[in-house]
Amino acid sequence: MENDFPIKMWIDENGNVQEKEYKEVVTEKLTRTFYQQLIRIRTFDRKGISLQRQGRIGTYAPFEGQEASQVGSAMALETNDWMFPSYRDHGATMTFGHSLKNILLFWNGRNEGCIPPEGKNIFPPGIPIATQLPHAVGAAFAEKRKGSKNAAIVYFGDGATSEGDFHEGLNMASVFDAPVVFFNQNNGYAISVPMEKQMNTKTIAQKALAYDMPGVRVDGNDVFAVYAETLKALDRARSGEGPTLIEAVTWRYGAHTTADDPTKYRDQLESERRREEADPVLRVERLLKNQGWFDEQWAEEVKKQAAHEVDAAVAEMESFPPVDPNDIFDHVFAEPTWQLQEQKQQYFQAKKGVPVWNQQQ
Amino acid sequence: MESTAVKKKTMTLVQAITDGMRTMLEEDDRVLVLGEDVGKNGGVFRATDHLQEEFGEDRVMDTPLSEAGFIGAAIGMAVNGLRPVAEIQFLGFIYPAYEQIMTHASRLRSRTMGHYTVPIVIRAPYGAGVRAPEIHSDSTEAIFTHMPGLKVVCPASPSDAKGLLIAAIEDPDPVLYLEPMRCYRSSREEVAEGKYTVEIGKAKKVQEGEDVTVITWGAMVPVAAQAVKEMEATGVSCELIDLRTLYPIDRDTIAESVQKTGRTVIVHEAHGTGGVGNDVLAIVNDTSFLYQKAPVERVTGFDSPVPFFSFEDEYLPTPARVKYAIEKVIKF
Repeated sequence: MENDFPIKMWIDENGNVQEKEYKEVVTEKLTRTFYQQLIRIRTFDRKGISLQRQGRIGTYAPFEGQEASQVGSAMALETNDWMFPSYRDHGATMTFGHSLKNILLFWNGRNEGCIPPEGKNIFPPGIPIATQLPHAVGAAFAEKRKGSKNAAIVYFGDGATSEGDFHEGLNMASVFDAPVVFFNQNNGYAISVPMEKQMNTKTIAQKALAYDMPGVRVDGNDVFAVYAETLKALDRARSGEGPTLIEAVTWRYGAHTTADDPTKYRDQLESERRREEADPVLRVERLLKNQGWFDEQWAEEVKKQAAHEVDAAVAEMESFPPVDPNDIFDHVFAEPTWQLQEQKQQYFQAKKGVPVWNQQQ
Repeated sequence: MESTAVKKKTMTLVQAITDGMRTMLEEDDRVLVLGEDVGKNGGVFRATDHLQEEFGEDRVMDTPLSEAGFIGAAIGMAVNGLRPVAEIQFLGFIYPAYEQIMTHASRLRSRTMGHYTVPIVIRAPYGAGVRAPEIHSDSTEAIFTHMPGLKVVCPASPSDAKGLLIAAIEDPDPVLYLEPMRCYRSSREEVAEGKYTVEIGKAKKVQEGEDVTVITWGAMVPVAAQAVKEMEATGVSCELIDLRTLYPIDRDTIAESVQKTGRTVIVHEAHGTGGVGNDVLAIVNDTSFLYQKAPVERVTGFDSPVPFFSFEDEYLPTPARVKYAIEKVIKF
């Protein structure tokens, strides 16, 4: 079965374009854009870990190693499409146009982090695994009913394929011919459990057969291959041909979250080896060099700009007004129920330090 | 707001529910009905009978047998501008969708501070008393009233059923709409044609009385009414309240009544521990403690699973058990 789902690759690990016909797409402009985006999200991710270590944000889920999957897929979207990320997909959401400040606010325990910029259809991160898949199907179905050409993309990991919602989501999308792309990032581990203990299949793409939809396996560290396959799947969705399952085979270098120690369950030398050999950013850098498009000064400028943008977002996050406890009560319903109103009143009364027994009811 | 249209028609409770859905499918293009067997079959209880013929497969959709899947999809539809009315065949089968309701439908407004909202209605027949197979008779409303961000309603009469359903569909937040299957066809009443609503959060005084307040909802309303009738014959004046909404409960109606009578009996068929009756009791305590002339009595299902139907008459509160409780608070 594994042979029926070969891993598609456009650019090999040494930065060489695999097929002549790809050269039309692999332009200097697009390559530079990818490089910028990859650097941008990697810079953000490293800052995220550092902020957590310094106690400036809460627990953080890093994605380093998965940048090509997230940039390539997000760049394939049109502006009115829908994105349903998991908690490790803020590389994709920021590429699609989410605010860096809001992403940081999310990791700093603020609801504002769940609000996308005006006009962007980005759902808050799916936290319970795979639960976002049916949402994407519903949103995509609604687009189809409106007669639009918009599609939805939903992100999830290898572990998510063991959940019921994975099956229910793919099955419903298939039955409804919903314009949705199921974008799986197979990074080999669900926290500590390796893929071979998660499933008995060698690929995730083959699961698409059960839903009579295309299943595609792609090198998740090859931003061009990811971009091309996602574009193809989105085109299918827009033209009414239904959903696609994409398996982007990748690797997370670091921990599941900053609260986890990956050396307990895997050999981190593997991550180091992969950094040398299969890194998604290095691959694009090698491509640029092979094509004679690399310019040291430009690359430094790209890194500087990314650092500047991320630092500015951190400053914005840190100067954000403190939480307003009213927000606990005011957004549960369109109109707070009497219970919430009363709880709010009692909370503020107690906070003022006025003994409740001394108050008029 | 209760408003009455001029023309009326005699209907059963389930017919009134169908009428409510039909009214809203006609009224609002965003409304769609989805669930298992709701299409050609018209639902296992025929609540969606003929709706697919009238409105087409895009508005009345059969879904795969996939409660988490279609409730999850309904959330995505609602976020993207539709107003889905999802049918769960029996409340006892809602649990696969529990996660979607708990972590998404009820929470999305809070998570996003109102940026995304989930105006869906989940309809579910509930309760015992129709000799249904195992697991088909659950009455687990309390696990949903405990869920922040979700409203829970439960009509007991045909005209309330229609008005509450329309109010639920128009509500900007998710509503679980519980249907007492035992009452689906047990009685008929005049129901106004066209669109009207029964306000969510408002109880109904079924009968005025002086000596004791009996508070209940759904399929227990007729049971309590029978007990009340028998007690009236012995000279005890009973006030009967049908809560109609289980979250947010109508505190004012409860307080006003129990302060007048000073005696309270709560009746529900759900398990006693953690039941909604305890929230009613808390309201009596918070608002009317010093008015009570006797400890509040609760008549409930037992802390056992809802038994196989050969036992269900023993499990369900009966007029005799309600009368026993009324006598207890009167004689205290």
